[in-house]
Amino acid sequence: MKNNRRDFLKIAGVAAIGAAVKPATSAYAIGEQFVPEGQAENKSSVKKATKWGVVIDTNKLTKELMHKISKACHLEHNVPDEKNIENEDHRNPNHEIKWIWGEEFKHAFTDKTDRYLADKFEHIEIPVLCNHCVNPSCVKACPTKATFSREDGIVLMDFHRCIGCRFCMAACPFGSRSFNFKDPRPGIKKHNKKFPTRMKGVVEKCNLCAERLAVGKNPVCMEVSEGAITIGDLENETSDFRKLLKDNYTIRRKQSLGTEPSVYYIV
Amino acid sequence: MNDKIKIIAGLIIFVAICLSPFFMGLGSDSNKGPDPVISETAKKKGKCILEKTEMAKQHMVILDQWRNSVVRDAQRVYTTKDGKRFDMSLSNTCLDCHDNKKEFCDRCHDYASVTPYCWDCHINPKEVK
Ligand code: HEC
Ligand code: HEC
Ligand code: HEC
Repeated sequence: MKNNRRDFLKIAGVAAIGAAVKPATSAYAIGEQFVPEGQAENKSSVKKATKWGVVIDTNKLTKELMHKISKACHLEHNVPDEKNIENEDHRNPNHEIKWIWGEEFKHAFTDKTDRYLADKFEHIEIPVLCNHCVNPSCVKACPTKATFSREDGIVLMDFHRCIGCRFCMAACPFGSRSFNFKDPRPGIKKHNKKFPTRMKGVVEKCNLCAERLAVGKNPVCMEVSEGAITIGDLENETSDFRKLLKDNYTIRRKQSLGTEPSVYYIV
Repeated sequence: MNDKIKIIAGLIIFVAICLSPFFMGLGSDSNKGPDPVISETAKKKGKCILEKTEMAKQHMVILDQWRNSVVRDAQRVYTTKDGKRFDMSLSNTCLDCHDNKKEFCDRCHDYASVTPYCWDCHINPKEVK
């Protein structure tokens, strides 16, 4: 009798450990199904970098150019515009969705507000976008791993996992993220059929045109920016991109917060 | 004990009533199952990602794998077991061949009572401007 009870307790103990570990390991595996090894590959034209970065030359900017950049990006990614919604009662400026847009200097660089700001900044808008931070607070805040840091430095969203909790929006110190308070489709006049829209209840932001880099194209903002926006590999010391950073004085937004933005502004 | 016959007769009637829906269903076509239409475009463009029967069972798994490999690993090219290459895209690959979503995907899904939420975001190129 005694022996039997000992045996029973041993087995029960091992079973209990098993029961506790199993859900933990399968929870890790949720949604992590990838195409089997060898059956998926990059397009041969893919653009790669060790760490992607962006340099924005504010000397080359005008308000008109800023407008053009923003519009081109939003068209490419099916970002809705409140103005396109037919029923005027459904328009709401607080529901605006933005990936890249212009801000006044004092709003873009809140910690660099000099009393006597150089004149040139009165006439331009600073393009602001997701900073693709090296230490992104949004990634830490996301409870579903929908927002993640890709190895090449792009802070990306997997829209399939976004549950719309908006922790990332609270965590982002740059206001780079927008929430879909309603179905975005009525706000889209012309669809880019190569890219999905989003749906009510998910957050969205700039993806550094990951879908274009994957097929060997540069981001749309860079293409229409007349040289004001350049992307490149921050870790490639001999590149033209790094030369831009060597030859010019650059600043970043809210550097003191320690998120290490990858977007550099030549001022 | 003399009620034996009555009891057996009663049982037979009871069982017959219970089974009547099955007998009445025989020969009618209410149980046919969905019949998705393979579009002319699909036939012309050739074989699907997997064999037909495998595809019916596996397509949701494949789509799930595709989206993870595309979004997380920037891998966009899929090679089938027999060496054919496909761009991994729901709207631009599946619907490029199966350009009749209504008579194909939807017909099956309505029958099986599944409503994939994919179309809240993914575009059916035929339906939008
Ligand atoms: C190159 C064209 C092509 C592409 C791309 C393609 N299919 Fe097919 N698909 C076909 C053809 C043709 C058949 C019919 C196969 C047969 O009759 O043997 C088929 C069959 C199927 C079936 C089985 C239908 C049935 O009646 O059982 C499903 C499900 C399916 N496809 C889904 C998909 C999905 C999902 C994708 C995208 C991942 C896709 N297909 C991509 C051509 C294509
Ligand atoms: C032969 C019938 C059939 C056809 C054709 C078919 N499906 Fe399905 N599909 C199913 C069934 C059945 C399920 C549900 C499987 C389950 O729940 O286990 C399903 C599930 C799915 C799911 C997962 C849904 C979820 O909520 O998990 C997706 C995504 C999907 N189908 C996409 C497609 C697309 C895209 C097409 C057309 C290109 C298509 N299917 C055509 C039968 C079909
Ligand atoms: C909240 C919006 C949203 C929903 C819902 C959604 N997707 Fe996506 N999906 C996207 C976005 C955005 C991409 C990224 C596209 C890119 O990088 O080209 C994407 C990419 C993909 C891709 C690879 C690229 C492509 O062009 O197709 C596949 C496959 C995919 N999704 C399948 C699905 C399936 C299957 C479902 C439904 C079960 C679904 N998605 C639901 C937004 C969504």
